[in-house]
Amino acid sequence: MAVEVKPRESSDVETEQLATGCEAIAEAIRLADVDVMAAYPIRPYDGVMQAAAKLIANGKMDVEYIVADGEHSQFEIVKHACAVGSRVFVGSSGVGWFYAFEAIAVTAGLRLPVVAICGNRALDDPGAFGTEHNDSLAVRDLGWLLPWAETAQEALDLALMAWRVGEDKRVSLPVAIGLDGAFLTHSQQIVKIPTQAAVDKFLPPFDLGDRLLHPDNPITIAPQVDQDWLMEIRMQNDQAMRKAETVIREAHADFKRLFGRGGESPFLDEYMTDDAEFVFFGQGTLALPMRVAIRRLRKEGHKVGLVRLRWFRPFATAEIVRSLSRFKAVGVIDRDYSFGSPYYGGVLYNEVRSALYSQPKRPVVVGFIAGLGGREIEQPMAQEIFEKTKAAASGDLKSGDTTHWIGVRA
Amino acid sequence: MTQTESSITVEVVYRGIFQKTLAQRICRSIVLAARKRGHTGTAFARYGDSPERNGVPAKQFAVVAINDLELEASMAKYEPAVVDVSIAVDDTLVKGVESWAWYGRQPIWKPLRKEGFLLVTSENTPAEVLAQTDTAERPYTLVIVPGGASFAGLWVFKDDHTDYRVLGALAKVVPDWVRLEDVKALIKEQTKDEGAVQSAQYGFDGAKLRAVKSGEGTSSHEVLQFEKPGWTTMRPGIVVDARKPGERNPQYKKYTARTLRPVVNFDTCIKCTMCWLDCPDECFEVTPEGHYEVVYEACIGCGICAQVCPVKDCIVMVDELKFEDNDDKWQFWKKDHDGYNKWFEQKSGVSANPQVRTPPARQAGSSNANPSANPTTAAGGDE
Repeated sequence: MAVEVKPRESSDVETEQLATGCEAIAEAIRLADVDVMAAYPIRPYDGVMQAAAKLIANGKMDVEYIVADGEHSQFEIVKHACAVGSRVFVGSSGVGWFYAFEAIAVTAGLRLPVVAICGNRALDDPGAFGTEHNDSLAVRDLGWLLPWAETAQEALDLALMAWRVGEDKRVSLPVAIGLDGAFLTHSQQIVKIPTQAAVDKFLPPFDLGDRLLHPDNPITIAPQVDQDWLMEIRMQNDQAMRKAETVIREAHADFKRLFGRGGESPFLDEYMTDDAEFVFFGQGTLALPMRVAIRRLRKEGHKVGLVRLRWFRPFATAEIVRSLSRFKAVGVIDRDYSFGSPYYGGVLYNEVRSALYSQPKRPVVVGFIAGLGGREIEQPMAQEIFEKTKAAASGDLKSGDTTHWIGVRA
Repeated sequence: MTQTESSITVEVVYRGIFQKTLAQRICRSIVLAARKRGHTGTAFARYGDSPERNGVPAKQFAVVAINDLELEASMAKYEPAVVDVSIAVDDTLVKGVESWAWYGRQPIWKPLRKEGFLLVTSENTPAEVLAQTDTAERPYTLVIVPGGASFAGLWVFKDDHTDYRVLGALAKVVPDWVRLEDVKALIKEQTKDEGAVQSAQYGFDGAKLRAVKSGEGTSSHEVLQFEKPGWTTMRPGIVVDARKPGERNPQYKKYTARTLRPVVNFDTCIKCTMCWLDCPDECFEVTPEGHYEVVYEACIGCGICAQVCPVKDCIVMVDELKFEDNDDKWQFWKKDHDGYNKWFEQKSGVSANPQVRTPPARQAGSSNANPSANPTTAAGGDE
């Protein structure tokens, strides 16, 4: 089907849209001039499919849009498209993400900067649509960069950052943006759509250099290597991930300069922490109910704040440690679980505790499991999290070696 | 005995797929025979050799020790870097081995310790085998176990008693570890066949020992060694240079997979292209005159060219142990036509003149000259 594609809009004025997180991502696909995207329906990722398809149908976007026969093919398609030099986009959710797992693993191994979203969704069984972070987190050890967005605006901004950082030759790693199912993917918010000119300034064309798979550049990608080469290849990926932190900081500074937003740090979004005695710590959309709770608690005289993590991988250890060491207690809220892990805690909880271990002055870290399967974190739950964290800060709770499940019926 | 007191390590070097079961049986039997006198042990394969390839050199191992602690001590390096005994179950392996799972060509004695034993199954004399073995860097004893190479397929085993003969010969050289009576008792238990037991005795009696001093052997084989790249020197993204058209892989040549090589009678060649077309490894180059010459560095000796050649005795498969180099033979033919044809006749046992009927004696000269005797292409080979 031929679609008339209008010349790329060269609006020099930033516009506004009421857009869902998925629609904001589709706008980012348009602005980044993506060459190939692959789709296979699963809620909430299908929101991006629909929004992108609409942009193509309306002649606003020119992208090779391939509907695959399953998630595994979907991720393989973009991996190969990326190897021949295309800027690509892909995504999935929950068990669909898991169905693509082999392709996800090899993409990072091959250092191909695929940009994906994972519309975070509870893993089956039991079947559920709501958000839970275990789908994204399952790839945490493989070499994918993993940012988490809170708002539709941040979804668009992080997507632009993702291509810029992932495609940087120093990094050359895939990026999977975590978007909370429903709360972010399917709720409409006011989103600023940047100008094409500004995006073009921010995002250079994709260039794989001498790794480009092309008849003029005969190379073999991914030969069998066995034990003789494998550790060296893992070491290369480790070094690339280490460099990612610097590259993210550079890109963030450019982003702020060009678009005038993004906050102080690319890694941490702090709220009312200047005089805080203790803080909540988490990622994604749970920040919103916690901010509301903080404003209420502040009126009652409690010095409490929020530190929201924006990039889980790379884990900006030094900055996170510097930030959290200022407080007496940290209540880590995990919208995930890690059955049988140390202290039966969530993934973030154990990462934070591990990062703080060698610090001479370190806060008590208390773990909370909350909001699984898309359950809302309501104010009474926020209150419970506050009380336990405050108890830790005031010394009433000697250690954080217990994980508290919040809002579970007995 | 000069072996270490507490353990012994034996490797079996074999032709991938064709001799896999044979190597397995030898290694298992070494451990089980040693067990009869109270030793303990383990048998295993070089993991990187599997999945192995037809004819490509591969290794299996047997480690025997006086107790579990000594066994662990000798297993700390899983793949032995040094062995007390090396067994090559095909004499063409003495020309050196290049596995797809390691880099370069190794002399057959590479992991063999000083004064260790190199057992080779062969119908040739010790002198003939030694003449094709790389120059020794340390003394060892060459032991010829009587018999030809035993080839079978992946799922079948050619029960020609090669394993029993090898075990008998092993009992002769390392009796502290493997005793002939234990080998015989084991075979008797396993087969209830007195003939099999007699084969072990035959291997024991028939094994010919030849002490090899440093400096003995041949220096005509190619040195093929490579440095492995480090993480700072290898290309990122698991990328390697592809071969350009007309270029062959300098890192992996494959010729040590060969037990037979095709020898060409250029006089009778009709330039029909069949060998060039059907060679699975694209080993043939077109000469300026339209002949097809074999690039011996790339040829694995599969015999398909000889099978598809429509001219009788134009391509003849000949025992690899008869050759010392991989040189271009078409040049030889161009420069010295009569000399080449004489060489062709001498190697192949076939007359270079098609008018002359080949005498039946050729069979003695090249026992494997019939390509159908080649396991690579014969029915029942790799399924």
